[in-house]
Amino acid sequence: MGWLQLHQLGLSEKNVAIIVEVTLKVGAGRTAIIGPNGAGKSTLLRLMHGLLRPSSGHLDWPQTLTQGMVFQRPVMLRTTALANIEYALKLRGFAAAECHQRALDALARVGLTGIAARQARCLSGGEQQRVALARAWALEPQVLFLDEPTASLDPGSSREVERIIHEIAAGGTRIVMTTHNLGQARRIAEEVIYLEGGRVVEQTPADAFFCQPRTTAARNFIQEETP
Amino acid sequence: MYEISTSLGLAGSLVAVGDAKLMAIVLLSLQVSFTATLLACLFGMPIGALLAVGRFPGRRPLIVLFNGLMGLPPVVVGLLVYLLLSRAGPLGSFGLLFTPQAMVIAQTILILPIVTALTRQVIEDAWLEHREQLRSLGASRTRSAQTLLWDSRFSLSTAGLAGFGRAVAEVGAVMIVGGNIDSLTRVMTTTIALETSKGDLPLALALGLILIAVVLLVNTAAFVLRQWAERHWG
Ligand SMILES: Nc1ncnc2c1ncn2[C@@H]1O[C@H](COP(=O)(O)OP(=O)(O)O)[C@@H](O)[C@H]1O
Ligand SMILES: [Mg+2]
Repeated sequence: MGWLQLHQLGLSEKNVAIIVEVTLKVGAGRTAIIGPNGAGKSTLLRLMHGLLRPSSGHLDWPQTLTQGMVFQRPVMLRTTALANIEYALKLRGFAAAECHQRALDALARVGLTGIAARQARCLSGGEQQRVALARAWALEPQVLFLDEPTASLDPGSSREVERIIHEIAAGGTRIVMTTHNLGQARRIAEEVIYLEGGRVVEQTPADAFFCQPRTTAARNFIQEETP
Repeated sequence: MYEISTSLGLAGSLVAVGDAKLMAIVLLSLQVSFTATLLACLFGMPIGALLAVGRFPGRRPLIVLFNGLMGLPPVVVGLLVYLLLSRAGPLGSFGLLFTPQAMVIAQTILILPIVTALTRQVIEDAWLEHREQLRSLGASRTRSAQTLLWDSRFSLSTAGLAGFGRAVAEVGAVMIVGGNIDSLTRVMTTTIALETSKGDLPLALALGLILIAVVLLVNTAAFVLRQWAERHWG
């Protein structure tokens, strides 16, 4: 069952092809898009989330699917951590009291109740990323896109972020994330999409991918990236 | 040399005793320019934010226009507002010519492009940073503009300040539309111009010193505020 389908999706900027004829069905609960730097992972994710308009092909969404996204570098407004989450809820039309309660709940779920009143931009990178996850989570999206959510974090924060991702997924939210960290993909994903040069080289269940990748490109990538 | 030092001495004593005439002039100056700055911010900041964030036909030309108008010559603004407000002009019936209100109007028009263009720059930078996140959260462009205006409030103080600095220091516009009428529309700059040409240097110098002090004070206050804000809000 594919809940997100891409048909011949392509994106070019100034005549340079960044995403080339991507056709795939994302069906798993937790999908990792992996591939070398510049492969087009972030671009593909932005296309899926609707932040970029494809230059060719199209996406098929169930009409009512709600989605959220967390970026590699968290972007916070100059206000408290709590108010940043309340802002997102307010945009969705929740009443003030409910925004407050839901924002508090979301912060609690990422283990940050204690910093609710702190200025978001003065928090550490790891804390800010957790606030960003709480903000996305509070909206209870059916799909959550994550672009290298731990790329700029220390190992401790990365673990914590991975724990949160697992919890979000356990709550029924589908996860589509990019990462160039193979260990992370292995820990989180059920299905792996391997991207190179803007093309999907292979799409394989995670177990199979890491034991026996079907393509030489993926095999080489795994060998290079495995310490 | 002698004349300058006695003038400076007299100027100092005028300031020290808080000369009533002097204070009235300073007060009117501040009132007029502060009101003009407030109005220019009220209109210029939303316009600047929409120019930064919005997508509508004519946006590029408007940006170029506002940038160009930053260098608007005060006397020309004065002349235009004079034509508007003069008895035969389209707004003549309000009888605003040679009143402080006319001066506020002229200064508002003079600094509106400055406030707008500087706001646009600040919000454009913020938009670059927040754009994807705001879109992902489903914020409309108008809503994004509002959010970023509030989020950039401390950087935007620079825009207001630049406007105020230009307004309080200009002569041409207020001279023409205010008429430099004693104890009615006489502000610091027009008094300096008049008294200097009459040879009354002490009053001119005293006002010059106060003018410089005001500009320095406002800028320093804004600098301190921004530093504090940066530490506190990140
Ligand atoms: N707006 C853009 N204009 C031109 N080139 C871009 C743009 N965005 C990304 N690219 C290029 O597209 C390629 C893929 O980028 P990206 O999706 O960020 O890769 P990844 O996330 O896999 O590292 C890179 O070569 C990058 O330089
Ligand atoms: Mg990337």
